[in-house]
Amino acid sequence: MFVCWCGLNIGGVVDVPRVVEEISGCPGVARAVDYRYMCSDPGQQLIRDIIREERLDSVVIAACSPGMHESTFQSVAESAGVNPYRCEIANIREQCSWPHQNEPLEATRKAVELIRAAVEKVRGDEALSALSIPVTRRALVIGAGIAGMQAALDIADAGHEVVLVDRLPHIGGHMAQLSETFPTLDCSQCILTPKTSEVGRHPGIRLLTSSEVESVSGYVGNFTVKIRRRATYVNWDLCTGCGLCTEKCPSRTPSAFERGLAEEPAISIAFPQAVPHKPVIRPEACRHFTKGKCGVCEKVCPVGAIDFGQQDSLIEEKVGAIVVATGYDLHPKAKVGEYGYGVYPDVIDGLEFERLNSASGPTQGQIRRPSDGKVPKEVVFIQCVGSRDQENGYPYCSKICCMYTAKHARLYKHKVPDGQPYVFYMDIRAGGKGYEEFVQHATEEEGVLYLRGRVARVFQDGEHVVVFGVDTLSGKKVEIRADMVVLATAIVPASGAKELARVLKTATDEYGFFSEAHPKLRPVESLTRGIYIAGCAQAPKDIPDTVTQAGSSAAKVLTLFSAPRLSHSPTVAAVDEEICTGCGICVEACAYEARALDTRRHVAVVNDVLCEGCGACAVACPNGATRQRNMARSQAMAMIDAVMG
Amino acid sequence: MRLARDVVRGEEERKLRDISGEEVRSCYQCGKCSAGCAMTSMMDLLPHQVIRLVQLGQVEEALASRTIWLCASCLACSARCPRGVSLPNVMESLRVTMLRPGGRHIDPARLPADVLENAPEQALVAGLRKYS
Amino acid sequence: MSLRQGSMRYPYFPGCTLKAKARGFETSAVASAGALGVHLDEMENWQCCGATFPLQADNSFPLVSPARTLASARKMGERLVTLCSACYNVLKRTNHVLRTDVGRRDKVNAFIEEDYAGDLEVMHFLEVLRDDVGFDALARSVKTSLGGLAVAPYYGCLLLRPNDELGFDDPEAPHILEDFLSALGCQVVDHPYKIECCGSYVALEPGDLASGPSRMVVESARSRGAQAIVTSCPLCQYNLDVAQQGAHGREQAGVPVIYFTQLLAIALGLPEDVLGFEGHVISPGPLLRCVGVVGSDAIA
Repeated sequence: MFVCWCGLNIGGVVDVPRVVEEISGCPGVARAVDYRYMCSDPGQQLIRDIIREERLDSVVIAACSPGMHESTFQSVAESAGVNPYRCEIANIREQCSWPHQNEPLEATRKAVELIRAAVEKVRGDEALSALSIPVTRRALVIGAGIAGMQAALDIADAGHEVVLVDRLPHIGGHMAQLSETFPTLDCSQCILTPKTSEVGRHPGIRLLTSSEVESVSGYVGNFTVKIRRRATYVNWDLCTGCGLCTEKCPSRTPSAFERGLAEEPAISIAFPQAVPHKPVIRPEACRHFTKGKCGVCEKVCPVGAIDFGQQDSLIEEKVGAIVVATGYDLHPKAKVGEYGYGVYPDVIDGLEFERLNSASGPTQGQIRRPSDGKVPKEVVFIQCVGSRDQENGYPYCSKICCMYTAKHARLYKHKVPDGQPYVFYMDIRAGGKGYEEFVQHATEEEGVLYLRGRVARVFQDGEHVVVFGVDTLSGKKVEIRADMVVLATAIVPASGAKELARVLKTATDEYGFFSEAHPKLRPVESLTRGIYIAGCAQAPKDIPDTVTQAGSSAAKVLTLFSAPRLSHSPTVAAVDEEICTGCGICVEACAYEARALDTRRHVAVVNDVLCEGCGACAVACPNGATRQRNMARSQAMAMIDAVMG
Repeated sequence: MRLARDVVRGEEERKLRDISGEEVRSCYQCGKCSAGCAMTSMMDLLPHQVIRLVQLGQVEEALASRTIWLCASCLACSARCPRGVSLPNVMESLRVTMLRPGGRHIDPARLPADVLENAPEQALVAGLRKYS
Repeated sequence: MSLRQGSMRYPYFPGCTLKAKARGFETSAVASAGALGVHLDEMENWQCCGATFPLQADNSFPLVSPARTLASARKMGERLVTLCSACYNVLKRTNHVLRTDVGRRDKVNAFIEEDYAGDLEVMHFLEVLRDDVGFDALARSVKTSLGGLAVAPYYGCLLLRPNDELGFDDPEAPHILEDFLSALGCQVVDHPYKIECCGSYVALEPGDLASGPSRMVVESARSRGAQAIVTSCPLCQYNLDVAQQGAHGREQAGVPVIYFTQLLAIALGLPEDVLGFEGHVISPGPLLRCVGVVGSDAIA
């Protein structure tokens, strides 16, 4: 029995010597010792020495949460000859000293009780060995923006097949819409297209565009995924991407890629560098589908690739790991009434500005405002629109807006040297390599005027969009008769993120960002084993952070694939088939689909590798046929007795 | 301005909280209230500056400001406040701090004759409730 | 929606100002309602709403007067119609407190010796016109063409804020007055200051302080070609009107500020004696005679 002080974390509250004294006399305890940092090398050695000295067959460590050091102490015990599943942790930090910091006496009493309970448990523990499961060494990556592409390339380059899925007809995500990128102002397409073409031609990547994950079953190392590939109405095997169809198509509707600033044909390729460079038909815009006539594309296609009868197809893939890289959307327009967002044509968002500034965009890269095509000479940029606004938006900071607004203001000055950009900000958050310098350059060298305050209202007045703001530093109200207003709207999870999380049986936060297993130490693992997260699917982040996290998630996948087999905790449910009546209550109680009925033998069975050891089925079982390994009913009762004294 | 525990966590700020039901510490001084206030041209302090003074425990200075009497309770500020602070309630708490001990900002007997004669009853009732 | 002839009766709360300085608001409203088959049934036991909603969390006393009115109205029915924006605001907000804040409800009920639970629906007459009469039906009832008279709507604050309690219209881009004016055949003049404050009770401050914001509102409407401004608040009417006193010289005429119900009565062809333009600083008479919608010289 070993008690850790954890410096002052435990020892500053719990009277450790007193705990050791009280535990020493407990039945079954051969010896109780304390040490300042049990997880340190000397602490581990102390445990090994005493195990050998006393010839112990089981140990209890009273220390921090098992989430932190259970595996450390299990391997220490194993190295000294004790079965690792006969090593129990009594959590006297997170469950005792931390929450009871102001009640040292009570905390000491509780520590003794928690340890007594753990001693009772370990007395009933069986010696077990870890379960072993096979791994399918193929990965699924959901979302083919910069995060998904990077993860896919890293995994595929290591020699494992990747299925890369995106719901759009092309890959590249939002990065394909950007004109330049901070803090270097290099052209987004120039740094993106090497990646998109590499993905497009990589023999190890199976690219499924216009596709969405419909269902996922199985478990780490052994997922089965069903993917719906939507009809594109173009046979891509025949299509050469010549573009005749898009040229001749008579329909024109607003382009989503251009964020409504330009129109596109019903059959189109979103942008010149698109991968795959093949067109799709949008049936909602196509005259053949909406009016039942037309078919111009079919007539002009030289290779007969148009296929109006094409149907969705369902594809099944077996993979061992999944990377979620579903990216972001921007805060909906309807929710920013005071800025007339979505009402006044010259009030636009950041991605719309990117398109205006893009050489392949609706104005061929000239800054011309949407209403009348004039070059705006007074441009107001507003940060934190929907971000840091718990009342009308989201409480969180969207992280990238300070930087991209500085970028927009600078790019605007490059294109319109006699124009004046104004930036309304609350704080400048420019923590990153070269970031602060980038913002300072905007104010010092390029004449961007920063105004510290939020804007209350934007309204149209003739040709102008009038901005009512404030500069809190001078204590003056500010009114600007602007020609165009650019809103840095909040980053929100991509639509459908919560639904996807349900399909994957993993969790998101209240906004729909995927939850990581630990905010600091396991930032790319989801709460479900074998599923990893990359990019804005987890939280707003910029391109460098996204690429870093994508690489990190790929490393996790490769680590998983590097083991010959995966181990799984053996503390799972087990069935005494002599007693089991096959009533099936356990099957209903299980949240992990780990329980099933063997209809032939009329008994319930456990799928060990799906079982998370939660114990729900053991509790539900009416006659005690199901038990939880190393948490038998007798152990639980003994633990309760120990606590109740 | 001298700052110390007894200043920034003073009794006066607590009283204002009781009267207004508002937590001024929530305010992060973005200024959106001031940006949209219709009355600022006559104010000596912008609305967010009054809130800042209360945050700093400088209640006397806030009470001396003309701003608290110029707030027309139009709620344009609170409707848009990202932090959910109802400034008009805070302004009212400052006004009643002056009025409850028997103070008067406006004496009904001294209102100009043309106002008494022409202003709608609504103006007189509302105004005298805010100012006396 | 079609007019249900003579079938609509509503308990109605006039408020102090409509019995005194803003008589024309009430007479034009009651007469117009009657012409549209809506009977506004003035409640018997009403008292002043207090004219401004109290913003003190530690003092429930100012809620007593509006609560008495609400409790009394509840005995007449499930709805209560108001005309004045201030009465609408105070009664609806008080009702919200009594419905949602059990502590304050108990305190107020104990004082007024009632057991009122806040289960009345406080409505504005504009909502009756929109939802129960219907603007389409209203348009069909127009007898006197307003011939494209350019009118600017002015909402002010009390109809719109706080939106989570009032839910009257989109607080940043309201349109009920616009829809109303269109139904009457007016040319609607949109202007950005329609939701900005007129200065309200700051009118009592010495030194003409409220006239600044009011002038901005009038200028915002006038510069966009408005020939008249409509409101549903007597204090807004006063502030916008007084702000123009002596300010309009030879180069620009004043813009009359009138109640929406006065325009309604004209459109419905009602006798001029219900209009009650007495007391307006900028008389609407010359304008209305000029566009030929009223004929008598009695309107000064």
